[in-house]
Amino acid sequence: MSALLALRGVTVAFGGLVAVDDVSFDVEEGSITGLIGPNGAGKSTVFNAVNGVYRPRAGSILFDGRDIVGMPSQRIARLGIARAHQVVRPLTDLTVLDNVTVGACFGRDGLGLAAGRRRAAGVLEQLGLADRASQPAGSLNVAQKKRLELARAVAAGPRLLLADEVLAGLNPHEVDEMLGVFASIRDAGVTILMIEHLMQAVMHLSDQVVVLDYGRLIAVGTPAEVQADPAVVEAYLGDPRAAERLMADEP
Amino acid sequence: MLRLRGRSRPFLPVLLLIVAVVAAVPLVTGNPSMREELFFMLLLVTLATSVNVITGYTGYVSFGHIVFFGLGGYGAFWLMQALGVHFLVAAVLGVIPAVLVAAVVGAAVLRLRGAYFALATLGILEATKAFMTNFDPAGGAVGLSFNFSIYAQYGGAKSAAELAYVFMALVALAAIAASYLVRHAKFGLALMTIREDQDAAVVLGIDPARTKVAAFVISAVFPALAGAAFFFKNGIIEPGSAFDLTRSIESLVMVVLGGVGTVAGPVIGAAVYEWLRGFLITSPALASFQLTIAGVLLLVVVLFATSGLVGVLRARFPAVREWLE
Repeated sequence: MSALLALRGVTVAFGGLVAVDDVSFDVEEGSITGLIGPNGAGKSTVFNAVNGVYRPRAGSILFDGRDIVGMPSQRIARLGIARAHQVVRPLTDLTVLDNVTVGACFGRDGLGLAAGRRRAAGVLEQLGLADRASQPAGSLNVAQKKRLELARAVAAGPRLLLADEVLAGLNPHEVDEMLGVFASIRDAGVTILMIEHLMQAVMHLSDQVVVLDYGRLIAVGTPAEVQADPAVVEAYLGDPRAAERLMADEP
Repeated sequence: MLRLRGRSRPFLPVLLLIVAVVAAVPLVTGNPSMREELFFMLLLVTLATSVNVITGYTGYVSFGHIVFFGLGGYGAFWLMQALGVHFLVAAVLGVIPAVLVAAVVGAAVLRLRGAYFALATLGILEATKAFMTNFDPAGGAVGLSFNFSIYAQYGGAKSAAELAYVFMALVALAAIAASYLVRHAKFGLALMTIREDQDAAVVLGIDPARTKVAAFVISAVFPALAGAAFFFKNGIIEPGSAFDLTRSIESLVMVVLGGVGTVAGPVIGAAVYEWLRGFLITSPALASFQLTIAGVLLLVVVLFATSGLVGVLRARFPAVREWLE
């Protein structure tokens, strides 16, 4: 396996505030990488740097060997990086089907409208939203909107999926279903980089876990390695109860 | 497998047929005053349908959209008067200045969002009007007018007026067809995505700058053609009538009245608005209140029926829902 995405010394700063500080890690093709860290650690900022919303002050981001720093977001999307946002942003007046069709038509595959609709219908089926297809997206509940957000990203046919807290706010049953969805997306050949607060889910799904704290990378490794890393337990999981919880969830 | 809703209902042909049949009536009956009234209504249909592409589909309120009507009118008028170009050729060439302004100025001002864009379009309109008022080759504040002999090559003033009318009707039909095709194309989906959430659109792979400029250009073409027909028929053009802010705002009112972002809305809105105005103006008791009544009507729509007449019809008559887009 080779690195599909490689961050090299990426630094993102807003004025004097350094949100991401000299972060480097690789995401192997076909893997699931979990990106974890306390609130404000810079996880979402890393995503914003990868898909071109923020431009890093320093460092390079290699996607399939090509530096994508400075590219506009829409070009990065067409190269094959799709994103499911933490704060869902459905196109509320459009139908669920049209929302997902947008992903299929303007993402990496750039399908025509008819082919895009067919792809979207298939993805809705896969994510259990088929019966909502003709509803306006604004009428969905939170769990459904999360799925829609994911469906729209998947419909693009991406090589890399950036999933930002897709599991947050779901009940345990819905989380279980989503874990299955993630596994099937990965099995379809999509590389996944996911931000998640549900440790159990991250540790269970991920091939590799990247830990950020105050914008710095403090650990990279397999779930077992990261959980055993004293730096993670002490610095990031400084809260002993959180550490306990993490250990208890060991797969 | 999920069943995809087909586009089997012939909405567009039916709408075009209705407009075409109505437009044909004065030609068949040979009634010139009715022809004049319908000319104006078809003009309003064209303006409202066009501004709906950038305002309704894309979400960018273009207050100064009438500028393209004026530019098309001036371009064609000058070609006919100064160079003796035939009306049909002049009308098509008159689109060029409108498209150029839409593309070049659009690329700059479409970066602005919300009220800033709306204000910028007002600026474009007023700047163009001020420029033309002081631009002597185009007659300055007095404008340009035809020598009546110019109509001789069209077989007299009456057949020239008929030619302008038929042309106007075709432009209106083309504008409606274009609006429908945009609405149902991948391009239209990109426009509506930008309207809903431009930042999300970018992350989804849509290039908002290019997409918006293309929509602005499309929405400029038909008003320009309409302007050529209108001023050819009138035989005179001056900055006040070519770049009339009131008409610009009226076309937006028609879009809101009929239904923002729908294909039929601007057509219905223009027809109802113009019919209502005709009714009010000829009614002795209400004539002086016509603008007040129009304003109240707009308030009612904005407050209680945000989806306009099309929305009301669709909600009241489910059978109509599948037909009216």
